[in-house]
Amino acid sequence: MDIRCFTVLIFCPTQFHNLQELRHSASLANKVFIQRDYSEGTTCRFQTKFPSELESRIELTLFEETVKTLNNFYAEAEKIGGQSYLEGCLACATAYLIFLCMETRYEKVLKKIAKYIQEQNEKIYAPRGLLITDPIERGMRVIEISIYEDRGSSGSSSGSSSVSGSTAR
Amino acid sequence: MHLGESMRECEYSQISTRSSTPMETPYKKRTPKRKKWEAFPGRNKFYCDGRIMMAKQTGVFYLTLVLILVTCGLFFTFDCPFLAQELTPIIPVLGGALFLFVLGTLLRTSFSDPGVLPRATPDEAADLERQIDVANGTTGYRPPPRTKEVVINGQTVKLKYCFTCKIFRPPRASHCSLCDNCVERFDHHCPWVGNCVGRRNYRFFYMFILSLSFLTIFIFAFVITHIILSSYRKGFLTALKESPASVLEVVVCFFSVWSIVGLSGFHTYLISSNQTTNEDIKGSWSSKRGKDNYNPYSSGNIFTNCCMALCGPLPPSLIDRRGFIEADAPQMAPPTNGITMYGATHSQQSHMCDQDQCIQSTKFVLQAAATPLLQQQSSEPVIITSSPENGTSLPARASLTLGGPCTSLPLGQPTPPTSTPSLSCHEAADMLPIHGHTLNHTHPLQEQAALHHYLTPEEVPSPPGMLHCGSPLGHSHTVQASFYNPASQDSLHEDSVRGLVKLSSV
Repeated sequence: MDIRCFTVLIFCPTQFHNLQELRHSASLANKVFIQRDYSEGTTCRFQTKFPSELESRIELTLFEETVKTLNNFYAEAEKIGGQSYLEGCLACATAYLIFLCMETRYEKVLKKIAKYIQEQNEKIYAPRGLLITDPIERGMRVIEISIYEDRGSSGSSSGSSSVSGSTAR
Repeated sequence: MHLGESMRECEYSQISTRSSTPMETPYKKRTPKRKKWEAFPGRNKFYCDGRIMMAKQTGVFYLTLVLILVTCGLFFTFDCPFLAQELTPIIPVLGGALFLFVLGTLLRTSFSDPGVLPRATPDEAADLERQIDVANGTTGYRPPPRTKEVVINGQTVKLKYCFTCKIFRPPRASHCSLCDNCVERFDHHCPWVGNCVGRRNYRFFYMFILSLSFLTIFIFAFVITHIILSSYRKGFLTALKESPASVLEVVVCFFSVWSIVGLSGFHTYLISSNQTTNEDIKGSWSSKRGKDNYNPYSSGNIFTNCCMALCGPLPPSLIDRRGFIEADAPQMAPPTNGITMYGATHSQQSHMCDQDQCIQSTKFVLQAAATPLLQQQSSEPVIITSSPENGTSLPARASLTLGGPCTSLPLGQPTPPTSTPSLSCHEAADMLPIHGHTLNHTHPLQEQAALHHYLTPEEVPSPPGMLHCGSPLGHSHTVQASFYNPASQDSLHEDSVRGLVKLSSV
């Protein structure tokens, strides 16, 4: 199935020329929100529980891998260790002026996360008619996954998987 | 790969579900793009195009600034020349460095985002409501639970639902009623710095009060030295007459030292035990509450706690102040079961003017009044107050007496009001599903009533931290949750009549 997905993407570029076209050809049917997991304190972690709305759209393993990778990224950003102490002390010593020219580690990791999410959207989620919104745009409260239905299909809002034929089953 | 390249060309913001074709949003081009800080729902003030963020009341902050500048100015002008000559020129240099550090940390504390949590988008709020209803059963008679329990490091922590921000607050977050925002790791609202102290600016605040203690002690000590050295030569009174500024400085420093040094000591204790002022006041982790009560966030080691608080990573601001407001995202089709309270009519929001929304809300409130929402609790008439300051939107917040006579009809599913950004209308919606919220207040609707005017019970413990700034050791906070203001009842009755008259003309 994966090969067929990629085949569609490569040889039928008009299917999803870009993610904007996903929006043009599909309509938003539902949004799923992955909430935060506070069992380890206030550090940023998202629940890995698989939402029922996505059961017919994406495999459990892919979803879990995405969420786990995101959790790892956030753990890396908030890790308290040698480098963060050094950064903190240096910032304090320079009266925090150093942040005018330097990016904090957290911001660097956030950029990595943005790239990862874009990549995941392109490769895995858009072909299945899904779109992940970066949690930072939702105040780090939720991972918002938008579920799209193809407008060209019979207009029923039940989970028809005819998202431009790219989710080959 | 061609596809990859074309996708990479798109900026990340375009991947979000905003549509930007001219056909779909014709009026977007006509309205100039506003920045997000201009439409920020909290009670904050923004300067420098959203770069600077402060609380609404900044008078005391200017007082702090003036005190520091004047005292230091006098010190450098009148005492430093003498001291540099008599003792060593290092004194003014050190004083100058301390002064700059104090000023820098003060401005950083005051101007930065304390860690405000952005409010939930309508879709999120609707989703949460759905989940709460599903968990609760959809009879509608039982009030939805507004707390979630979570086990953190073996300790059970309750997460409360914030009615204003429509989110379940993360642990250690609290809603500041002065700024009307939920703030992460909320410590207290400090009027002296004119801002809340939370996760993102706590270290600056601590550095500020620590360096200010050193500066105050420094100035105090060296002004006394100056006076003493002068009085050896010229006599005490002559010395005083020659530099009257020194007297002023001594007085200011003397009174400041007690409070500032005390406050620094208190916050040093808080940092070493990894608690917030809020938690300390409430005694959340005190062993008096229970044998097994302990702080799940503390690492157990004083040094580690200090390092975490002061040298840990600085999270970025979650509210994108300087970003542009996008056109409304395509909304989900409202669910047809009518159970969701807040999100259902959101799609109509952008097409309705404020007045319509308020009329809708009033209709909803009156409709709800006809249903026995409070039948199990309405032994006395309950008055929902409204803030008299919102002139145009008064109909939405008409006060009602819900009580005994209105218990005849079964509870239907009233059409909910639109969840609007304006405070007036969505608090009308907040009035209803709150009777389960019986944590620590006497009457459920009083809580919502209090939301309009006063500190709600759950928020009352946190802002008294602002008194903490001045009197750290006494914990002398006047924790009053005065729920009703009898003086405003007359105006409320007027408003309700006005509202009903307006409705009759709809």
